[in-house]
Amino acid sequence: MSNQSYENLTRGIIKENPTFVMLLGMCPTLGVTTSAANGLGMGLATLFVLILSNFAISSVKNVIPDMVRIPCYIVIIASFVTVVDLLMAAYLPSLHARLGIFIPLIVVNCIILGRAEAFASQNTIWQSVLDAVGMGIGFTGALTLLGIVREILGMGSVFGWKFVAEDADTMMLFIMPPGAFLALAGLVIVFNKITGAGK
Amino acid sequence: MSKPANTLKNMILAMTIVAGLSALILSISYRITQEPIKKAQDAKKLEAIQAVLPPDYDNNPYQERLTISGSNIELYPARQGTKITSVAMKTYSNNAFSGRLELIVGFLLDGTITDYKVVSHKETPGLGSKVTEEKFARQLRGFNITKQKLKVKQDDGDIDAVTSATISSRAVLDAIQRAYDNYIKFSTLGN
Repeated sequence: MSNQSYENLTRGIIKENPTFVMLLGMCPTLGVTTSAANGLGMGLATLFVLILSNFAISSVKNVIPDMVRIPCYIVIIASFVTVVDLLMAAYLPSLHARLGIFIPLIVVNCIILGRAEAFASQNTIWQSVLDAVGMGIGFTGALTLLGIVREILGMGSVFGWKFVAEDADTMMLFIMPPGAFLALAGLVIVFNKITGAGK
Repeated sequence: MSKPANTLKNMILAMTIVAGLSALILSISYRITQEPIKKAQDAKKLEAIQAVLPPDYDNNPYQERLTISGSNIELYPARQGTKITSVAMKTYSNNAFSGRLELIVGFLLDGTITDYKVVSHKETPGLGSKVTEEKFARQLRGFNITKQKLKVKQDDGDIDAVTSATISSRAVLDAIQRAYDNYIKFSTLGN
C-alpha cells in the first residue's frame, strides 16, 4: 500500500478523529451512546453509509455540474441511509428499535456530507473508500468508547453484562443527556492529552 | 474528462438522473425488506403474547386477533380446544412520562393478571424504564383486578410504584386497567 493510501486510511482514526478532534456529528454521538452496544451499532451504520456514499460520490464527481453538486450528494446519501434503515428494521429489529430516529438522522450527519465535499469530490474512488473506512472506524471507535464509559458509570455493566448487584446505586446521571456531555468532555480531554493535540 | 458546464440543461439532467437512480435503489430495497420487516414485527408481538399467557393453550392467539371496536386495543384469545382460557391484549397509555407507552398484558377470565410485557416506551432510561423490570413486574403477576385495587400506593392502591418513577408506574397500571375495562365491555357485548 502506498504512503498516500496509508495516510488516507489512518487519518480518521487518530489524527483527525471525527468525534474527538473535529467534533463533528455531535447529535448521534450524544444521543445514542447510552450503552456500548448502541454506540457500536450506530457507528457501524454510519461506517456503512459513509463507505457507500464516498464510493458513489467519487464515481459521479465528474458528471455532476458544480452548481447542483450539494443537492445531488444529499439525495445519494439519503438513499443509502434509507436502505440501511430498511435493512436494519428487517434483520436487526431490536437494535433498530433502540436507535430509533437516529438512523434516519444519519442523513444530516455532517461527517458524511463533510467527507463527500472535502474528500470524495476531489479524489479517486479507491482513496475515497479508504478515507471512508478510516473515518468510519474512528467514529465507531469513539462512539463505542463513549458508550462503554457511560454504561459502566451509569448502569454498572459493559455490553449488557452487569458487574454490580441488580439494585445497586449507579451514577444514573451518565445515562441521561447531561452525562453525555460530561463523558464526552472527559474523553476529549484524555484524547488530547494522549495525542498532544490542542496545544 | 472535464466537468459539464453549469447550464440549465446539464443541471436538470444530472439531478433527474441522480433522483431516478435513487428511486430505483429505494424501491428495490423496499421490496426486498418488506416481508422480513413484517415478519420481525409479527414475531415480536407473538413472542410478547407467548410470554404473558399461561402455556396451556393450543391455538395461535396472534392469528385470531381482533380489534375492539372504538379503541386501538387488540385482543388475542388463547383457547384450549374451543374454550377460551385466557386472553392477551395489546393496550396503551398516553399518561406516561414521555410519549405513549404500549404493552401486552395477559388475563385469566376471572381478572387475574398473568403477566405483562412493555412493547414500546419512551421513558427515561434507568428511571422510568424500570417499569419493564422484574422488581415492579413481580407485584402484578397473580394480581386480581376485581379484588385488589390496581393503583399505586400514593393513590391509595395496592402497588408499590418504582422509586422516582411514579408517573411511569401509573402509566403501566393505566394501560392494564384500560385493557381490562375494554375486555369487560367486549365480553358483555359479545356474549
